[in-house]
Amino acid sequence: MNESNVIIELNDVTIRYNIASEKIYDLKEYAIKMLTGKLHFKEFFALNDVSFQIHQGESWGIIGKNGAGKSTLLKTICGIIDPYRGSVKAEGYIAPMIELSAGMDSNLTAAENIFLNGAILGNSRKFMKTHFDEIVDFAEIHKFLETPIKNYSSGMRARLGFAVATIVKPDILIVDEVLAVGDFEFRKKCENRIQELLEGGTTLLLVSHAVNDIKKLCDNAIWIEDGKVRMIGDSKTVCDSYMESGKS
Amino acid sequence: MNIRKRIRRVLKYKDLYVLLVQRDIKLKYRRSFLGYIWSVLNPLMTMLIMTIVFSYFFKRDIEYFPAYLMAGNVLFAFMRESTTLSMSSVINNAMLLKKVSVPKYIFTLATVTSSFVNLLFALGAFLLVLLIVQVPLSLYMFLIIIPIVELFIFCIGLGLFLSQITVFFRDVKNIWSVVTLAWMYMTPIFYPIESLDPRLARIIMHFNPMYIYITIFRDLAVYSRMSDINILLQGASYSFIMLVIGSWFFRKNQGKFILYI
Repeated sequence: MNESNVIIELNDVTIRYNIASEKIYDLKEYAIKMLTGKLHFKEFFALNDVSFQIHQGESWGIIGKNGAGKSTLLKTICGIIDPYRGSVKAEGYIAPMIELSAGMDSNLTAAENIFLNGAILGNSRKFMKTHFDEIVDFAEIHKFLETPIKNYSSGMRARLGFAVATIVKPDILIVDEVLAVGDFEFRKKCENRIQELLEGGTTLLLVSHAVNDIKKLCDNAIWIEDGKVRMIGDSKTVCDSYMESGKS
Repeated sequence: MNIRKRIRRVLKYKDLYVLLVQRDIKLKYRRSFLGYIWSVLNPLMTMLIMTIVFSYFFKRDIEYFPAYLMAGNVLFAFMRESTTLSMSSVINNAMLLKKVSVPKYIFTLATVTSSFVNLLFALGAFLLVLLIVQVPLSLYMFLIIIPIVELFIFCIGLGLFLSQITVFFRDVKNIWSVVTLAWMYMTPIFYPIESLDPRLARIIMHFNPMYIYITIFRDLAVYSRMSDINILLQGASYSFIMLVIGSWFFRKNQGKFILYI
Protein backbone atom coordinates (compact mmCIF):
# COMPACT_ATOMS: atom_id res chain seq x y z
CA MET A 1 0.00 0.00 0.00
CA ASN A 2 1.30 3.37 -1.04
CA GLU A 3 1.60 5.90 1.78
CA SER A 4 1.70 8.77 -0.69
CA ASN A 5 -1.71 7.87 -2.09
CA VAL A 6 -3.79 8.43 0.98
CA ILE A 7 -6.91 10.13 -0.28
CA ILE A 8 -9.09 10.02 2.82
CA GLU A 9 -7.78 10.26 6.33
CA LEU A 10 -9.59 10.45 9.63
CA ASN A 11 -7.79 11.07 12.87
CA ASP A 12 -9.61 10.65 16.17
CA VAL A 13 -12.77 12.04 14.66
CA THR A 14 -15.51 12.66 17.16
CA ILE A 15 -18.88 14.08 16.27
CA ARG A 16 -21.21 15.34 18.92
CA TYR A 17 -24.83 16.22 18.67
CA ASN A 18 -26.60 18.28 21.28
CA ILE A 19 -30.00 16.86 21.83
CA ALA A 20 -31.93 19.26 23.97
CA SER A 21 -34.18 17.29 26.27
CA GLU A 22 -37.04 18.88 24.44
CA LYS A 23 -36.22 20.48 21.14
CA ILE A 24 -36.56 24.19 21.67
CA TYR A 25 -37.53 26.26 18.71
CA ASP A 26 -38.47 29.64 19.97
CA LEU A 27 -37.02 32.47 21.97
CA LYS A 28 -39.65 32.51 24.64
CA GLU A 29 -39.14 28.89 25.63
CA TYR A 30 -35.39 29.29 25.50
CA ALA A 31 -35.47 32.28 27.81
CA ILE A 32 -37.81 30.59 30.26
CA LYS A 33 -35.81 27.40 30.36
CA MET A 34 -32.58 29.29 30.78
CA LEU A 35 -33.95 31.32 33.65
CA THR A 36 -35.50 28.41 35.44
CA GLY A 37 -32.33 26.39 35.04
CA LYS A 38 -34.06 23.65 33.11
CA LEU A 39 -31.97 23.92 29.96
CA HIS A 40 -30.46 20.48 29.66
CA PHE A 41 -28.53 19.23 26.71
CA LYS A 42 -27.89 15.58 26.33
CA GLU A 43 -24.74 14.90 24.47
CA PHE A 44 -24.80 12.26 21.84
CA PHE A 45 -21.58 11.12 20.24
CA ALA A 46 -22.41 9.92 16.77
CA LEU A 47 -18.77 9.05 16.14
CA ASN A 48 -16.11 8.47 18.74
CA ASP A 49 -12.38 8.59 18.03
CA VAL A 50 -12.62 7.17 14.57
CA SER A 51 -9.35 6.87 12.67
CA PHE A 52 -8.46 5.19 9.41
CA GLN A 53 -6.87 5.81 6.05
CA ILE A 54 -8.13 5.10 2.58
CA HIS A 55 -5.91 5.06 -0.46
CA GLN A 56 -6.68 6.19 -3.94
CA GLY A 57 -8.50 3.70 -6.09
CA GLU A 58 -9.60 1.47 -3.25
CA SER A 59 -13.16 0.35 -2.82
CA TRP A 60 -14.58 0.33 0.69
CA GLY A 61 -17.85 -0.82 2.09
CA ILE A 62 -19.20 0.63 5.32
CA ILE A 63 -21.50 -1.64 7.27
CA GLY A 64 -23.18 -1.57 10.61
CA LYS A 65 -26.56 -1.55 12.28
CA ASN A 66 -28.98 1.31 11.83
CA GLY A 67 -27.89 4.25 13.92
CA ALA A 68 -24.30 3.06 14.19
CA GLY A 69 -22.94 6.21 12.61
CA LYS A 70 -22.40 5.23 8.97
CA SER A 71 -24.23 8.17 7.42
CA THR A 72 -22.59 10.56 9.85
CA LEU A 73 -19.23 9.19 8.80
CA LEU A 74 -20.02 9.82 5.16
CA LYS A 75 -21.30 13.29 5.86
CA THR A 76 -18.17 14.28 7.64
CA ILE A 77 -16.02 13.01 4.81
CA CYS A 78 -18.15 15.08 2.42
CA GLY A 79 -17.72 18.15 4.51
CA ILE A 80 -21.34 18.45 5.55
CA ILE A 81 -20.65 18.07 9.27
CA ASP A 82 -17.49 19.30 10.93
CA PRO A 83 -15.93 17.09 13.59
CA TYR A 84 -16.18 18.21 17.16
CA ARG A 85 -12.72 16.80 17.75
CA GLY A 86 -10.15 15.32 15.45
CA SER A 87 -9.58 15.94 11.77
CA VAL A 88 -10.89 14.74 8.45
CA LYS A 89 -9.05 15.01 5.19
CA ALA A 90 -10.56 14.07 1.86
CA GLU A 91 -8.95 15.13 -1.38
CA GLY A 92 -10.21 15.76 -4.84
CA TYR A 93 -13.68 15.96 -6.27
CA ILE A 94 -16.20 14.14 -4.15
CA ALA A 95 -19.46 12.97 -5.71
CA PRO A 96 -21.89 12.38 -2.86
CA MET A 97 -24.86 10.20 -3.52
CA ILE A 98 -26.66 10.67 -0.27
CA GLU A 99 -30.19 10.66 -1.54
CA LEU A 100 -30.41 11.01 -5.23
CA SER A 101 -32.80 13.87 -5.57
CA ALA A 102 -30.87 16.27 -3.37
CA GLY A 103 -30.68 19.57 -5.09
CA MET A 104 -33.65 19.00 -7.26
CA ASP A 105 -36.45 21.45 -7.12
CA SER A 106 -39.65 19.62 -7.88
CA ASN A 107 -41.24 22.63 -9.52
CA LEU A 108 -38.55 22.92 -12.12
CA THR A 109 -38.28 20.82 -15.26
CA ALA A 110 -35.72 18.08 -15.74
CA ALA A 111 -33.62 20.24 -18.01
CA GLU A 112 -33.56 23.03 -15.44
CA ASN A 113 -32.75 20.56 -12.70
CA ILE A 114 -29.82 19.11 -14.57
CA PHE A 115 -28.19 22.50 -14.51
CA LEU A 116 -29.22 23.18 -10.92
CA ASN A 117 -28.05 19.85 -9.61
CA GLY A 118 -24.84 20.14 -11.56
CA ALA A 119 -24.21 23.61 -10.18
CA ILE A 120 -24.84 22.41 -6.64
CA LEU A 121 -22.14 19.83 -7.12
CA GLY A 122 -19.86 22.64 -8.20
CA ASN A 123 -19.87 22.18 -11.96
CA SER A 124 -19.90 25.12 -14.31
CA ARG A 125 -22.78 25.83 -16.63
CA LYS A 126 -20.60 25.29 -19.65
CA PHE A 127 -19.65 21.87 -18.38
CA MET A 128 -23.24 20.86 -17.86
CA LYS A 129 -24.12 22.03 -21.37
CA THR A 130 -21.39 19.89 -22.89
CA HIS A 131 -22.52 16.80 -21.03
CA PHE A 132 -26.23 17.45 -21.18
CA ASP A 133 -26.98 14.84 -23.83
CA GLU A 134 -24.86 12.26 -22.06
CA ILE A 135 -26.90 12.73 -18.92
CA VAL A 136 -30.20 12.51 -20.73
CA ASP A 137 -29.03 9.33 -22.46
CA PHE A 138 -27.99 7.65 -19.24
CA ALA A 139 -31.22 8.58 -17.49
CA GLU A 140 -33.34 7.75 -20.53
CA ILE A 141 -35.62 10.75 -20.09
CA HIS A 142 -35.53 12.16 -23.61
CA LYS A 143 -39.28 12.46 -23.80
CA PHE A 144 -39.70 14.15 -20.45
CA LEU A 145 -37.18 16.96 -20.43
CA GLU A 146 -39.68 19.77 -20.15
CA THR A 147 -41.80 18.08 -17.49
CA PRO A 148 -41.52 19.29 -13.90
CA ILE A 149 -39.73 16.80 -11.68
CA LYS A 150 -42.71 16.52 -9.38
CA ASN A 151 -44.37 14.50 -12.10
CA TYR A 152 -41.54 12.02 -12.29
CA SER A 153 -41.61 8.56 -10.79
CA SER A 154 -39.09 7.83 -8.08
CA GLY A 155 -37.20 5.58 -10.47
CA MET A 156 -36.85 8.36 -13.02
CA ARG A 157 -35.67 10.72 -10.36
CA ALA A 158 -33.12 8.17 -9.17
CA ARG A 159 -31.77 7.69 -12.69
CA LEU A 160 -31.51 11.42 -13.23
CA GLY A 161 -29.77 11.98 -9.91
CA PHE A 162 -27.30 9.21 -10.49
CA ALA A 163 -26.57 10.43 -14.02
CA VAL A 164 -25.82 13.97 -12.86
CA ALA A 165 -23.72 12.85 -9.91
CA THR A 166 -21.48 10.56 -11.93
CA ILE A 167 -21.07 12.67 -15.03
CA VAL A 168 -17.76 13.96 -13.83
CA LYS A 169 -15.32 11.25 -13.05
CA PRO A 170 -15.10 11.87 -9.31
CA ASP A 171 -11.98 11.20 -7.28
CA ILE A 172 -14.15 9.87 -4.50
CA LEU A 173 -17.60 8.41 -5.08
CA ILE A 174 -19.76 8.09 -2.00
CA VAL A 175 -22.91 6.02 -2.25
CA ASP A 176 -25.26 5.91 0.73
CA GLU A 177 -27.87 3.21 0.44
CA VAL A 178 -29.24 4.54 -2.82
CA LEU A 179 -28.89 1.35 -4.76
CA ALA A 180 -31.77 -0.03 -2.76
CA VAL A 181 -34.11 2.27 -4.67
CA GLY A 182 -34.72 1.53 -8.30
CA ASP A 183 -35.50 -1.47 -10.38
CA PHE A 184 -33.22 -4.25 -11.50
CA GLU A 185 -32.18 -2.45 -14.66
CA PHE A 186 -31.27 0.67 -12.72
CA ARG A 187 -29.18 -1.33 -10.27
CA LYS A 188 -27.36 -2.98 -13.12
CA LYS A 189 -26.69 0.36 -14.79
CA CYS A 190 -25.38 1.84 -11.56
CA GLU A 191 -23.15 -1.13 -10.87
CA ASN A 192 -21.71 -0.91 -14.35
CA ARG A 193 -21.05 2.78 -13.97
CA ILE A 194 -19.44 2.20 -10.59
CA GLN A 195 -17.21 -0.50 -12.08
CA GLU A 196 -16.25 1.87 -14.89
CA LEU A 197 -15.31 4.55 -12.40
CA LEU A 198 -13.37 2.13 -10.25
CA GLU A 199 -11.36 1.02 -13.24
CA GLY A 200 -10.63 4.68 -13.89
CA GLY A 201 -9.07 5.09 -10.46
CA THR A 202 -12.02 6.47 -8.51
CA THR A 203 -12.13 5.65 -4.83
CA LEU A 204 -15.44 4.18 -3.73
CA LEU A 205 -17.22 4.36 -0.39
CA LEU A 206 -20.39 2.35 -0.28
CA VAL A 207 -22.84 2.16 2.56
CA SER A 208 -25.31 -0.62 2.27
CA HIS A 209 -27.19 -3.17 4.27
CA ALA A 210 -26.98 -5.54 1.34
CA VAL A 211 -23.85 -7.34 2.43
CA ASN A 212 -23.69 -9.15 -0.87
CA ASP A 213 -23.42 -5.88 -2.78
CA ILE A 214 -20.55 -4.94 -0.52
CA LYS A 215 -18.75 -8.20 -1.09
CA LYS A 216 -19.33 -7.87 -4.82
CA LEU A 217 -18.31 -4.26 -5.34
CA CYS A 218 -15.80 -3.60 -2.57
CA ASP A 219 -12.43 -5.05 -1.74
CA ASN A 220 -12.38 -3.71 1.80
CA ALA A 221 -14.88 -2.94 4.51
CA ILE A 222 -15.26 -1.07 7.78
CA TRP A 223 -17.72 -2.18 10.41
CA ILE A 224 -19.04 0.71 12.49
CA GLU A 225 -20.78 0.00 15.77
CA ASP A 226 -22.04 2.65 18.20
CA GLY A 227 -19.87 5.30 16.60
CA LYS A 228 -16.65 3.29 16.79
CA VAL A 229 -14.72 1.22 14.31
CA ARG A 230 -15.40 -2.36 15.33
CA MET A 231 -13.52 -4.05 12.53
CA ILE A 232 -11.58 -3.05 9.45
CA GLY A 233 -10.13 -5.25 6.74
CA ASP A 234 -10.97 -7.07 3.59
CA SER A 235 -14.64 -7.14 2.77
CA LYS A 236 -15.25 -10.87 2.94
CA THR A 237 -13.82 -11.23 6.45
CA VAL A 238 -15.51 -8.15 7.85
CA CYS A 239 -18.86 -8.91 6.26
CA ASP A 240 -18.86 -12.50 7.45
CA SER A 241 -18.07 -11.42 11.01
CA TYR A 242 -20.84 -8.86 10.85
CA MET A 243 -23.32 -11.46 9.66
CA GLU A 244 -22.18 -13.87 12.37
CA SER A 245 -22.75 -11.31 15.10
CA GLY A 246 -26.27 -10.78 13.83
CA LYS A 247 -27.11 -14.42 14.24
CA SER A 248 -26.03 -14.81 17.85
CA MET B 1 -8.24 27.62 4.12
CA ASN B 2 -5.96 30.24 2.70
CA ILE B 3 -7.21 33.18 0.68
CA ARG B 4 -6.65 31.79 -2.80
CA LYS B 5 -8.40 28.55 -2.01
CA ARG B 6 -11.26 30.42 -0.47
CA ILE B 7 -11.71 32.68 -3.48
CA ARG B 8 -11.60 29.70 -5.78
CA ARG B 9 -14.28 28.01 -3.74
CA VAL B 10 -16.47 31.09 -3.91
CA LEU B 11 -16.05 31.41 -7.68
CA LYS B 12 -16.75 27.74 -8.16
CA TYR B 13 -20.32 28.37 -7.13
CA LYS B 14 -21.03 31.49 -9.14
CA ASP B 15 -23.09 29.51 -11.64
CA LEU B 16 -25.12 28.09 -8.81
CA TYR B 17 -25.75 31.59 -7.50
CA VAL B 18 -27.03 32.71 -10.89
CA LEU B 19 -29.20 29.61 -11.19
CA LEU B 20 -30.73 30.10 -7.76
CA VAL B 21 -31.64 33.69 -8.59
CA GLN B 22 -33.10 32.59 -11.92
CA ARG B 23 -35.07 29.86 -10.18
CA ASP B 24 -36.57 32.27 -7.67
CA ILE B 25 -37.56 34.69 -10.39
CA LYS B 26 -38.97 32.01 -12.69
CA LEU B 27 -41.00 30.33 -10.00
CA LYS B 28 -42.34 33.54 -8.52
CA TYR B 29 -44.56 34.21 -11.44
CA ARG B 30 -44.86 30.88 -13.19
CA ARG B 31 -48.50 29.99 -13.72
CA SER B 32 -49.68 33.45 -12.75
CA PHE B 33 -51.80 35.37 -15.19
CA LEU B 34 -50.01 38.66 -15.35
CA GLY B 35 -46.53 37.40 -14.53
CA TYR B 36 -43.81 40.01 -14.26
CA ILE B 37 -46.27 42.81 -14.78
CA TRP B 38 -47.11 42.40 -11.10
CA SER B 39 -43.65 43.58 -10.14
CA VAL B 40 -44.48 46.85 -11.81
CA LEU B 41 -48.19 46.97 -11.02
CA ASN B 42 -47.91 46.25 -7.31
CA PRO B 43 -45.78 49.24 -6.36
CA LEU B 44 -47.90 51.47 -8.59
CA MET B 45 -51.09 50.44 -6.89
CA THR B 46 -49.58 50.81 -3.43
CA MET B 47 -48.38 54.25 -4.32
CA LEU B 48 -51.78 55.23 -5.64
CA ILE B 49 -53.59 54.18 -2.50
CA MET B 50 -51.10 55.79 -0.19
CA THR B 51 -51.11 59.01 -2.17
CA ILE B 52 -54.85 59.27 -1.98
CA VAL B 53 -54.85 58.63 1.76
CA PHE B 54 -51.91 60.74 2.83
CA SER B 55 -52.02 63.63 0.42
CA TYR B 56 -54.95 64.84 2.45
CA PHE B 57 -52.47 65.50 5.25
CA PHE B 58 -49.24 66.33 3.57
CA LYS B 59 -49.66 67.39 -0.02
CA ARG B 60 -49.08 71.02 0.68
CA ASP B 61 -45.86 70.33 2.55
CA ILE B 62 -44.12 68.15 0.02
CA GLU B 63 -43.38 68.86 -3.57
CA TYR B 64 -44.12 66.03 -6.01
CA PHE B 65 -45.77 64.05 -3.25
CA PRO B 66 -46.52 60.86 -5.24
CA ALA B 67 -42.88 60.58 -6.27
CA TYR B 68 -41.69 61.33 -2.74
CA LEU B 69 -43.97 58.63 -1.42
CA MET B 70 -43.11 56.03 -3.98
CA ALA B 71 -39.38 56.49 -3.60
CA GLY B 72 -39.56 55.66 0.09
CA ASN B 73 -42.04 52.87 -0.45
CA VAL B 74 -40.10 51.08 -3.13
CA LEU B 75 -36.84 51.06 -1.18
CA PHE B 76 -38.47 50.11 2.08
CA ALA B 77 -40.44 47.33 0.42
CA PHE B 78 -37.20 45.94 -0.95
CA MET B 79 -35.64 45.92 2.49
CA ARG B 80 -38.67 44.30 4.02
CA GLU B 81 -39.07 41.68 1.33
CA SER B 82 -35.41 40.73 1.08
CA THR B 83 -34.97 40.40 4.83
CA THR B 84 -38.22 38.54 5.34
CA LEU B 85 -37.41 36.02 2.63
CA SER B 86 -33.83 35.74 3.85
CA MET B 87 -34.99 34.49 7.21
CA SER B 88 -36.28 31.30 5.65
CA SER B 89 -33.46 30.98 3.14
CA VAL B 90 -31.37 28.56 5.15
CA ILE B 91 -34.14 26.50 6.70
CA ASN B 92 -35.95 26.13 3.38
CA ASN B 93 -32.87 24.55 1.90
CA ALA B 94 -32.31 22.26 4.84
CA MET B 95 -32.68 19.12 2.77
CA LEU B 96 -29.96 20.24 0.46
CA LEU B 97 -27.59 21.29 3.20
CA LYS B 98 -27.89 17.89 4.79
CA LYS B 99 -26.83 16.05 1.68
CA VAL B 100 -24.30 18.13 -0.19
CA SER B 101 -21.49 20.41 0.84
CA VAL B 102 -22.40 23.83 -0.49
CA PRO B 103 -21.47 27.28 0.83
CA LYS B 104 -24.37 27.98 3.15
CA TYR B 105 -24.52 31.71 2.59
CA ILE B 106 -25.30 31.28 -1.07
CA PHE B 107 -29.01 30.82 -0.46
CA THR B 108 -29.33 34.06 1.45
CA LEU B 109 -27.32 35.85 -1.20
CA ALA B 110 -29.53 34.51 -3.97
CA THR B 111 -32.69 35.47 -2.08
CA VAL B 112 -31.61 39.07 -1.56
CA THR B 113 -30.54 39.25 -5.19
CA SER B 114 -33.87 38.07 -6.54
CA SER B 115 -35.61 40.67 -4.39
CA PHE B 116 -33.22 43.14 -5.90
CA VAL B 117 -34.34 42.17 -9.38
CA ASN B 118 -37.86 42.89 -8.21
CA LEU B 119 -36.68 46.29 -7.04
CA LEU B 120 -35.40 47.02 -10.51
CA PHE B 121 -38.84 46.38 -11.94
CA ALA B 122 -40.37 48.63 -9.29
CA LEU B 123 -37.92 51.33 -10.27
CA GLY B 124 -39.32 51.08 -13.76
CA ALA B 125 -42.71 51.87 -12.31
CA PHE B 126 -41.12 54.70 -10.36
CA LEU B 127 -39.75 56.20 -13.56
CA LEU B 128 -43.25 56.12 -14.97
CA VAL B 129 -44.55 58.02 -11.97
CA LEU B 130 -41.79 60.61 -12.31
CA LEU B 131 -42.91 61.25 -15.85
CA ILE B 132 -46.57 61.44 -14.94
CA VAL B 133 -46.02 63.83 -12.02
CA GLN B 134 -43.74 65.85 -14.30
CA VAL B 135 -40.70 65.80 -12.11
CA PRO B 136 -37.88 67.56 -13.92
CA LEU B 137 -35.41 64.89 -14.96
CA SER B 138 -31.70 65.41 -14.68
CA LEU B 139 -28.39 63.64 -14.85
CA TYR B 140 -28.42 63.36 -11.06
CA MET B 141 -30.72 60.43 -11.49
CA PHE B 142 -27.96 58.23 -12.75
CA LEU B 143 -26.37 58.54 -9.35
CA ILE B 144 -29.16 56.63 -7.69
CA ILE B 145 -26.97 53.62 -8.17
CA ILE B 146 -25.08 54.74 -5.08
CA PRO B 147 -27.85 54.51 -2.49
CA ILE B 148 -29.23 51.42 -4.20
CA VAL B 149 -25.96 49.53 -4.00
CA GLU B 150 -25.50 50.68 -0.40
CA LEU B 151 -28.97 49.43 0.43
CA PHE B 152 -28.29 46.13 -1.32
CA ILE B 153 -25.17 45.55 0.75
CA PHE B 154 -27.02 46.56 3.89
CA CYS B 155 -29.77 44.05 3.17
CA ILE B 156 -27.29 41.28 2.51
CA GLY B 157 -25.73 41.88 5.90
CA LEU B 158 -29.08 42.04 7.61
CA GLY B 159 -30.32 39.01 5.67
CA LEU B 160 -27.31 36.96 6.72
CA PHE B 161 -27.83 37.87 10.34
CA LEU B 162 -31.52 37.02 10.25
CA SER B 163 -31.14 33.80 8.31
CA GLN B 164 -28.72 32.36 10.81
CA ILE B 165 -30.67 33.35 13.90
CA THR B 166 -33.88 31.95 12.43
CA VAL B 167 -32.26 28.53 12.27
CA PHE B 168 -32.11 28.48 16.05
CA PHE B 169 -35.20 30.48 16.94
CA ARG B 170 -38.02 30.09 14.47
CA ASP B 171 -40.18 32.81 15.99
CA VAL B 172 -37.78 35.50 14.83
CA LYS B 173 -40.05 35.58 11.80
CA ASN B 174 -42.98 36.86 13.83
CA ILE B 175 -40.84 39.32 15.72
CA TRP B 176 -39.39 40.65 12.51
CA SER B 177 -42.72 41.47 10.94
CA VAL B 178 -43.54 43.67 13.90
CA VAL B 179 -40.08 45.25 13.83
CA THR B 180 -40.43 46.21 10.18
CA LEU B 181 -43.85 47.66 10.83
CA ALA B 182 -42.52 49.93 13.56
CA TRP B 183 -39.49 50.72 11.46
CA MET B 184 -41.67 51.82 8.61
CA TYR B 185 -43.55 54.26 10.78
CA MET B 186 -40.31 55.64 12.06
CA THR B 187 -39.08 56.33 8.56
CA PRO B 188 -40.36 59.46 6.86
CA ILE B 189 -41.92 57.75 3.87
CA PHE B 190 -45.31 59.35 3.78
CA TYR B 191 -44.62 62.30 6.02
CA PRO B 192 -41.89 64.90 5.96
CA ILE B 193 -39.26 64.65 8.65
CA GLU B 194 -39.94 68.26 9.54
CA SER B 195 -43.30 67.28 10.93
CA LEU B 196 -41.66 65.44 13.78
CA ASP B 197 -40.46 66.70 17.10
CA PRO B 198 -36.89 67.92 16.51
CA ARG B 199 -35.32 65.57 19.03
CA LEU B 200 -37.02 62.55 17.50
CA ALA B 201 -36.06 63.82 14.07
CA ARG B 202 -32.43 64.00 15.09
CA ILE B 203 -32.46 60.43 16.38
CA ILE B 204 -34.03 59.21 13.18
CA MET B 205 -31.60 61.10 11.01
CA HIS B 206 -28.60 59.52 12.65
CA PHE B 207 -29.78 56.10 13.62
CA ASN B 208 -32.22 55.02 10.96
CA PRO B 209 -30.27 53.65 8.02
CA MET B 210 -33.41 53.40 5.90
CA TYR B 211 -33.95 57.12 6.35
CA ILE B 212 -30.44 57.71 5.08
CA TYR B 213 -30.76 55.57 1.97
CA ILE B 214 -34.19 56.87 1.13
CA THR B 215 -33.13 60.48 1.59
CA ILE B 216 -30.12 60.14 -0.68
CA PHE B 217 -32.27 58.43 -3.27
CA ARG B 218 -35.09 60.93 -3.05
CA ASP B 219 -32.77 63.90 -3.24
CA LEU B 220 -31.20 62.57 -6.42
CA ALA B 221 -34.24 61.24 -8.20
CA VAL B 222 -37.00 63.63 -7.25
CA TYR B 223 -35.26 66.85 -6.30
CA SER B 224 -32.16 66.62 -8.48
CA ARG B 225 -29.76 67.42 -5.70
CA MET B 226 -26.91 65.62 -4.07
CA SER B 227 -27.14 65.00 -0.35
CA ASP B 228 -24.63 66.25 2.12
CA ILE B 229 -21.36 64.32 2.15
CA ASN B 230 -21.98 63.40 5.77
CA ILE B 231 -25.13 61.54 4.88
CA LEU B 232 -23.38 59.72 2.06
CA LEU B 233 -20.64 58.58 4.39
CA GLN B 234 -23.14 57.48 7.01
CA GLY B 235 -24.90 55.40 4.40
CA ALA B 236 -21.69 53.71 3.38
CA SER B 237 -20.72 53.02 6.97
CA TYR B 238 -24.06 51.46 7.82
CA SER B 239 -23.77 49.19 4.81
CA PHE B 240 -20.28 48.14 5.71
CA ILE B 241 -21.03 47.61 9.38
CA MET B 242 -24.17 45.61 8.69
CA LEU B 243 -22.34 43.42 6.25
CA VAL B 244 -19.60 42.74 8.76
CA ILE B 245 -22.04 41.97 11.55
CA GLY B 246 -24.17 39.70 9.38
CA SER B 247 -21.19 37.80 7.97
CA TRP B 248 -19.55 37.43 11.33
CA PHE B 249 -22.57 35.92 13.01
CA PHE B 250 -23.28 33.73 10.03
CA ARG B 251 -19.77 32.34 9.92
CA LYS B 252 -19.67 31.82 13.64
CA ASN B 253 -22.83 29.76 13.70
CA GLN B 254 -22.95 28.01 10.37
CA GLY B 255 -21.22 24.94 11.72
CA LYS B 256 -24.15 24.38 14.03
CA PHE B 257 -26.88 24.70 11.42
CA ILE B 258 -26.84 21.03 10.61
CA LEU B 259 -27.81 20.17 14.14
CA TYR B 260 -30.93 22.31 14.05
CA ILE B 261 -32.37 22.00 10.59
